[in-house]
Amino acid sequence: MSTLHTVNKSPYERNALKSCLDHLSAGDLVLLIEDGVLAARKGGAFAQVLGDVGRSCKIYALNPDLAARGIAVGDLVEGIQTVDYGGFVDLAADATRVCAWL
Amino acid sequence: MRFAIQINEGPYTHQASDTAYRFAKAALEKGHEIFRVFFYHDGVNNGTRYTVPPQDDRNLQKLWSELAESHKLDLVVCIAAAQRRGILDANEAKRQGKDGDNIAPGFRISGLGQLIEAGIESDRMVVFGD
Amino acid sequence: MTDENTKKKFLYLNRKAPFGTIYALESLEVVLIGAAFEQDVSLAFIDDGVFQLMNNQDATAAGMKNFSKIYRALGDYEVRKLYVEKESLDLRGLTVGDLMPVTYEDEDENYEEKPSIRVVDRAEMAKLIAGHDVILSF
Repeated sequence: MSTLHTVNKSPYERNALKSCLDHLSAGDLVLLIEDGVLAARKGGAFAQVLGDVGRSCKIYALNPDLAARGIAVGDLVEGIQTVDYGGFVDLAADATRVCAWL
Repeated sequence: MRFAIQINEGPYTHQASDTAYRFAKAALEKGHEIFRVFFYHDGVNNGTRYTVPPQDDRNLQKLWSELAESHKLDLVVCIAAAQRRGILDANEAKRQGKDGDNIAPGFRISGLGQLIEAGIESDRMVVFGD
Repeated sequence: MTDENTKKKFLYLNRKAPFGTIYALESLEVVLIGAAFEQDVSLAFIDDGVFQLMNNQDATAAGMKNFSKIYRALGDYEVRKLYVEKESLDLRGLTVGDLMPVTYEDEDENYEEKPSIRVVDRAEMAKLIAGHDVILSF
């Protein structure tokens, strides 16, 4: 029983990531997509909080969206895993529900 | 597994329709079923056949229409949202006294009940928007 | 009647203020249509979504559709669970007293009028999300 939360907004512009992270249950999964992946780059203002949350909930970033924005996988906050669209499908199928933070 | 997809934004301004398309394609390639794709809010603008993007860019409407044809996808454009935004099929155009329709191949116009039904009939509802 | 065992739990996740964008209005339109399907329906108001329930909204001078009164009629559609997040209210300097009264008639208790709006804290909201089958985000 877990929820896959998707976040597609830059945390530097909107509060979708913060709101998502505030509403996680233990064992939930977070997938950063579209501009949401901007949060995942190490050295950014959200690296710390993602690192902290990552200890109880798995955090993923959509690789095609990272690549489109010039963010190398090697530059991600430690612990964040990358998936492609097939991996996104797998995460959605394995979770009990999907919650989009638009 | 049976997925349902809701798309809340039109093509090009937001990435929502692109992401939903890639998700749907990946799901189908993995052997999952897409029960329905429901276009709501500005998402109805994915369903006009009159878009002509530059040749070096993707044509989202075409991509959806082709995916619908190859996989018998049910692409539903919300009628209430479509009427607000000028997306019409032949029946609606006639009913509303408009001089033409613009619905793209593979899309159909129907009611919001189709979204609720998709939620009931599918295993997972995945929403893409802004 | 839909069999209680096959009912799905629908959660409408409202995080946006009304009028600046159409999401609040069109979300409400889904709720009204969805009511006919006799599923278990809850509405969640988080972040700017709490502004959707502000009392005394009047969009006349703005030239927009006055749809806020529809929330008050939700009880007639058997939509009785409107969860409003306390932290979201607090951050915006609001209390439940700033929100419109939304009630339903409880047929099990002599049709007594009861409030549909329930203020919950963030932890309860997280549990709500985890307890639903279908989450429609607007």
